[in-house]
Amino acid sequence: MSLKENKIASVFKALPKNIFSGFVVSLIALPLGLGLAMASEAPPIAGIITAVVGGVMVSILGGSHVTITGPGNGLVGGLLIAMTVLGPFGAYAAIIVSGVVLLVLGFLRLGKLADFFPSSAIQGMLAAIGLIILGKQFHIMLGNRIKRDGNIDYLLEIPTTIKGAFLYDDTGFTYAAIAGVISLAIMVFYSKIRNKYLQLIPAPMWIVLLSIGFSYYYELVLKLPNPIHPAYMISNIPALAEIVADIPTPDFSTIGTLPFWSSVVALTLIASIESLLSIKAVDKLDPQKRRSNINRDLKALGLATVGSGFLGGLNVVTVIARSSINVNNGGSNRSSNFFHASFLVLFIGLFSTQLTRIPLPALMAILVYTGYKLASPVMIGKIFSIGREQLIIFFGTLITTLLVDLITGIIIGVVITFIIHVILTKSFTLFIRNVLKPNVLMFREAGGISENSYFVSVKHFCTFLNFYKLKDKLDAISEDTDVVVDFSMCEFVDHTVMENLHNYQELFSKRGGHFEVIGLDMHDTKSEHPFALRRLLPIPNVIKNSLTRRQIALEELAKDYHLTYDAQKSTKVHFLETFYTFTTKKIEHITNRLSNSENIINTFDITFSEGELITKEIIRTTMLIIKLPNEVPLFTLDKEGLLEKFYSLAVHKDINFKEHSDFSNRFYLLGDNEIAIRSFFTDELIHFFESNPYYHVESNGKQLLIFNKERIASIKEIKALLDYGKRLRQVICEEVITL
Amino acid sequence: MNTQPFRVIGIGAGFSPNLKANLYEAARLCIFFNAKLVLIHVGERTDEKATQLDEIVAPFKVQNLLYSIVFQPGEPVESIISATEKYKIDLLILGAAQRENIFKYYIGSIARKITREAKCSILLLIKPSVDRIQCEHIVVNGLEDARTLQTLDAAFYVANKLNASRITIVEEIRQQEVAVHVDDDKSLRAAKIKKEKISRREDYRVQQMISQVPDTYKKEITIKTQAIFGKRGYSIGHYAEVIGADLLVMNAPSKTNFWDRLFPHDIEHILTELPTDVLIIQ
Repeated sequence: MSLKENKIASVFKALPKNIFSGFVVSLIALPLGLGLAMASEAPPIAGIITAVVGGVMVSILGGSHVTITGPGNGLVGGLLIAMTVLGPFGAYAAIIVSGVVLLVLGFLRLGKLADFFPSSAIQGMLAAIGLIILGKQFHIMLGNRIKRDGNIDYLLEIPTTIKGAFLYDDTGFTYAAIAGVISLAIMVFYSKIRNKYLQLIPAPMWIVLLSIGFSYYYELVLKLPNPIHPAYMISNIPALAEIVADIPTPDFSTIGTLPFWSSVVALTLIASIESLLSIKAVDKLDPQKRRSNINRDLKALGLATVGSGFLGGLNVVTVIARSSINVNNGGSNRSSNFFHASFLVLFIGLFSTQLTRIPLPALMAILVYTGYKLASPVMIGKIFSIGREQLIIFFGTLITTLLVDLITGIIIGVVITFIIHVILTKSFTLFIRNVLKPNVLMFREAGGISENSYFVSVKHFCTFLNFYKLKDKLDAISEDTDVVVDFSMCEFVDHTVMENLHNYQELFSKRGGHFEVIGLDMHDTKSEHPFALRRLLPIPNVIKNSLTRRQIALEELAKDYHLTYDAQKSTKVHFLETFYTFTTKKIEHITNRLSNSENIINTFDITFSEGELITKEIIRTTMLIIKLPNEVPLFTLDKEGLLEKFYSLAVHKDINFKEHSDFSNRFYLLGDNEIAIRSFFTDELIHFFESNPYYHVESNGKQLLIFNKERIASIKEIKALLDYGKRLRQVICEEVITL
Repeated sequence: MNTQPFRVIGIGAGFSPNLKANLYEAARLCIFFNAKLVLIHVGERTDEKATQLDEIVAPFKVQNLLYSIVFQPGEPVESIISATEKYKIDLLILGAAQRENIFKYYIGSIARKITREAKCSILLLIKPSVDRIQCEHIVVNGLEDARTLQTLDAAFYVANKLNASRITIVEEIRQQEVAVHVDDDKSLRAAKIKKEKISRREDYRVQQMISQVPDTYKKEITIKTQAIFGKRGYSIGHYAEVIGADLLVMNAPSKTNFWDRLFPHDIEHILTELPTDVLIIQ
């Protein structure tokens, strides 16, 4: 069977699961689609059209695997403005144009555009959108439809509406408010109740089913009209035939105006950011560990948006919540997105009249809940824990977005972030001088722990402004390999980068690779959060606020191996001076010490320079020292040819063993007492060296010093080093140390 | 191969705090390379200046250093360039200044202009020192260029004379050359295969070049090749800094014009950010 046939066969095999997950997703997509469309002041059916067009087109043309597309929460803010300023038909035109722009972005491979926004600013923007949704729909949820000018006004009037809800004259409004409150309670408590029958149906669908049931109960059992005021029922859900007959004609007459284009920009911006963030997040969930083709997805989303706009739908975006439900229910390829669209068509075809039995407040409760999720205080707490400066960025963006609009909001967010970076580094030139420089170097390290190990070094600064350069390099590395990213030459690393690196770390560890960040131990942070921004300290030895990720990992390693860990910098380094390596070197300090209880085995990061006064070159590396029970001859062993680096006077003679030509060829063995060394290097010991990776090994009589790279070791390398030391000691003195 | 690429070594001798260190470095190199030293002072001749320079170089006379002092009045860049031509200087040594931050070096505007215009090889020293610091590790570019072989020859010559133990030849592979955009797993695989192919091809090319270098210069030197992915001209400097090389040897740029300076490439990057001592072979 060819590869292609094999693929088709596996798609067919996965079909039943995908049909099922498509069905589950459609249960949520139906009420959400209706609600999001209404929140955007579009006809409710527009949301369903968006989901159907998106589901069909992106499932056929897209480049991701398990994502679900449809109307998104983020777009509500932008669509609201477009609908009110341009009118519904003008808004459809703006949606179509934004689809075209998205398509062009996809062709220009600008999927990376979303990387240029600081993550706190994006979060501020999303929170503002959440508040816009919440502010507006809260009143409808409690049966009090109001119309105000500003987004803030809606929020400020929430207490009035709550008070008013108890004082309605018309019981129709009171019932509406009760429906809203019950629905909100369902949304809030659904996830807290663990019942497998209850959990079969998603919460939004419960709301739909219960309210339709309630309506039928009044009609069929009590033979009474629905007590909820008719103004608070979903109106005009058209049947399939009507939808086809009433396709709106977009009105392009406003295309020359500024509001039109600012709507287009806002819609494109949010659609791309929301989609790209979702794709990135969903890729992490994919059990088959596939990588999405972002630019191809962008093209498909653009095309789907154009189609959706012409058919009377909204912007098509990739949505995170529905996508993760898809993955959780066994969706494994794009067909589930297609089936989700098909089920929506089926629902509308079969139940369009039943859907008008849903009270509006119930639907709006779903939106209030999603709005709250976007702007929840938990998130603010999280941002605060990363750093106070992130909170300034967050609130700056949030308030501007609420008061002015989305585009201004995100621009302000970017500007504030940059100003904060300049203040923190006290240097404007650092950014200006280096922003265009290709500051990332990547190469494959020979003789790493594995064949496929990459070393990436970043210089100058790394923030949202130039993260794309690092990202370009990282994306070119397959996730099942080993990567070490070194920031020791980088003066400033911001939160956006730290967070993104964390994402890489998760992705690599899920796919069998290993991603490690080093060189941040010398940087200062404002908080203890691992994502906090970091700036290189001009003066070392200042007490640091928090441990870096590597240090935390070291701490864990220490616990795991029953070692004691000491992150503090120490200048007590006399014990090292007995080693030949350090006779001509000046040791600055050692940090990150790991040692076992008897101090037999000991690793540390060391900073030293060559020579006392001529601080020619500062070297940071990780070394291991093991204590030996009995006296051994002084010797130094390294890779043939490399040793001269450490001994400016290569006057020593290489000690060779006739019977071990491999060892003699590959290693350079030095020492004054040749006879003692010859008897010390037993066959067993030589076999050990021959069959293990290269390390520099040197003895001072009582201890062995072992290291191999002129850079700080990653956690994995430290483990390898510990293991090597342990086994070497075992060979030498036949005494086992337990780690 | 030219058995003695550097017969005359020139150095601009301005009376700065670094003068002594600069002259010491130059004099030491002359002795290693068995070359003649030309001290170029931009300005009128005075006996006082001449004796001062004589005094500094005096300790090297016992090692049979041949040197001459020339006075070249006029505009610094032009004077030095014309002196290099007049005295047939093969290698011109220039000192770099240090930025406020102690780890960064850059090269002043005069030295930069000279580097661009000079017709001889240039050695840029980031930290001249009165005492000798052993040069251990040399990084040299392995670009696909007609001049590379000459550069490689010179690098081995220098390594041999200075007793360096390691030479790493760096092949910079540009993104354009890989020409596969990484979008998904399939294109990632394609890019990886392409990269490996290019690395192998480059490695073969470099090995061919190394084989042309006389064996006498390769003795006792560990030769390594390394493919790096990054911006040509810039990334090699970054690499040299990462691995802590002592000297970076590079081809001279083919030509530079106004646009090259505005959108720096190749050598211009190195000039803005000296990673280590840099030798530019003309």
